[in-house]
Amino acid sequence: MTMTTSPPATGSPSRGSGILPWARRNVWPLGFTAAAVLFFVLYQWVLANMSGPVPDFFDRWLPLSVVNQCIIWAIMAVGLNIVVGYAGLLDLGYVAFWAIGGYTAGWLMSGFFDSATVSVFGHAAAGQPHGIHINFWLVLIIAGVHTALWGLLIGAPTLRLKSDYLALVTLGFGEIIPEFFKNGDNLGGFNLTNGTRGITPLDAIPTGPFQYLSSGSLPIPAELGPFDESLKFVVYALIAAFVIFVSLRIREGRLGRAWLAIREDELAASMMGVPLMRTKLAAYAVGAAIGGIGGVCYTSAVGSIAAEDFAFSSSIILLAMVVLGGMGNVWGVMIGALVLQWINGNGLKELGNTITSATGHDINFPSYNFLVFGAILILMMLFRREGLLPESRTRQVLQEPERGQLESVGADLEGDPA
Amino acid sequence: MTSTTTAGVAAPSLAASNITIKFGGLTAVGNVSFTIPDRSIVSLIGPNGAGKTTFFNVLTGLYKPTSGRVVLGERDVTRLPPHRIASLGLARTFQNIRLFNLMTAEENVLVAMHSHMKSGIFRTVARTPGQRREEREGRELARELLDFVGIGKVADDYARNLSYGDQRRLEVARALALRPKVLLLDEPTAGMNPLESARFVDFVHRVRDERGVSILLIEHDMSVVMRVSERVTVLDRGEKIAEGLPDDIKADERVVEAYLGKTGTTGYGEDE
Repeated sequence: MTMTTSPPATGSPSRGSGILPWARRNVWPLGFTAAAVLFFVLYQWVLANMSGPVPDFFDRWLPLSVVNQCIIWAIMAVGLNIVVGYAGLLDLGYVAFWAIGGYTAGWLMSGFFDSATVSVFGHAAAGQPHGIHINFWLVLIIAGVHTALWGLLIGAPTLRLKSDYLALVTLGFGEIIPEFFKNGDNLGGFNLTNGTRGITPLDAIPTGPFQYLSSGSLPIPAELGPFDESLKFVVYALIAAFVIFVSLRIREGRLGRAWLAIREDELAASMMGVPLMRTKLAAYAVGAAIGGIGGVCYTSAVGSIAAEDFAFSSSIILLAMVVLGGMGNVWGVMIGALVLQWINGNGLKELGNTITSATGHDINFPSYNFLVFGAILILMMLFRREGLLPESRTRQVLQEPERGQLESVGADLEGDPA
Repeated sequence: MTSTTTAGVAAPSLAASNITIKFGGLTAVGNVSFTIPDRSIVSLIGPNGAGKTTFFNVLTGLYKPTSGRVVLGERDVTRLPPHRIASLGLARTFQNIRLFNLMTAEENVLVAMHSHMKSGIFRTVARTPGQRREEREGRELARELLDFVGIGKVADDYARNLSYGDQRRLEVARALALRPKVLLLDEPTAGMNPLESARFVDFVHRVRDERGVSILLIEHDMSVVMRVSERVTVLDRGEKIAEGLPDDIKADERVVEAYLGKTGTTGYGEDE
């Protein structure tokens, strides 16, 4: 570099200091935190001490177990967004990583392998002296690493393919892996997955040092049982926050830029020194790790794992969450996941019940689940292709850009391009 | 093989020797040797289908030659993958602009620094001091490069929103971010009017002088070729038919015949 005389970059003018501009820049993280705190307070204290129509309404339309499911799906959607939204690699078999993460939890947090007796800060349920019992928080890390390795393993052969072909091969893996788990109860005489019966029960989530913060109005047990939904909500919200944080941080760095570059123009990216294979594998590994973490959460929330959970439709629903939410934008994807999973998990059913009791027609709404999904997808693609909350870049393409102020810039050097 | 190079003293930035590439039975490039002397500006010309772009693609590693060697600086890069060759100092622009459209101009330039940056996933997530410094220095260099090519004002605009001329300049800035030894420009004045082309000639000289790179152009516009190049190589039907100073090439009968047609004795038409 011979020339260093040019002045360094001056930050964009919007970057002021002070509390208000800071808040404006971080409106989404702050909003997420505020919403999480609000939900917790609402369910932990407000609704618990009320009676009458209000808690009844929440119990019917938005029970905490459904909220937790929504957050867990959001975790996985954020993971899929790294593969599809950031790196532009269409993955139709993402459910495979969810399954691998889920079974990792099943193996390491239950009495299933009863020939072994291992406990690493474990919290075995009563009456389960044997088996592998590893602390939930450690299992999160182990499952993340484990699924990331599978991401690399699956990615290495498949990522050489492009677009449609890649999608088809991922579809294949998304079918193979759940099938493997379904039939894995007799692998040369060894029962690895317990087949269709699945693995249950799973160890509870330990609260570790936080149990000593326990107080009268906020009892924190040593481990979170099936009825500690509001504390589990805190756990899942924290994991979601972590996953979003990681996703945003990577996005802003060297690797995130390389992903976007590959999404935009693979050939040009390689000509600019970006190693395609490594960069795509990194996207796969990070996406898979987050899917695995989501799988552990899902398994711990449900308390069991069964191969039927990992259907092709789950991959598609996750993809729909990413696309509807706004591909590439983490916050959009999260909102897409929350909304769709609510419709899927509770909204439709309650709508059906309401209509049934109002009109007397007995309509089984949940069975129209995919009809509604289909309709939403079609409407979104017709009227709001960029998603609920698009990445600012995609909005650029899908809504026509304004060039106005740009026309004259650089004209002094360029002649007049207009 | 590296015929009559006048510069002689310094080692060439890039030397391709006896490059042959066959697609099935078709020989697209046949036994072409070619050197780019250090800090020189050379052009590759020839009628359509002469094999110029194929030759380019061999240099950048997109095609592996059937036989022959490409040496960049001191290093044999013939069998290396494109991204390795790029990070070793061979940068290019594209005939049809290929920017990362939905990234800002600054981000476009930063992408090309990928191989010179080191931060991995964990350092990026933790945002360690080293990673922050690397990002800051990268951004400063990106701004400097954008200023250098004259589009510093649009650093925060998406590449797709830039004017055509600015997009071409951004491609050069992005290529320079690789800190190349050699810069390949594939028909850089395509779509420019004569005034813009004239300014472009000065710009190419400035890039060479201030950035210390050697430049190879593929170019159709003969007025640009004759004014910008120190040496010209002519390809026809995959073979090198002439090489030399622009004035010699102008006068070379084989070139005039192959490239401009038999009646092409006056001027250097817009051969397309």
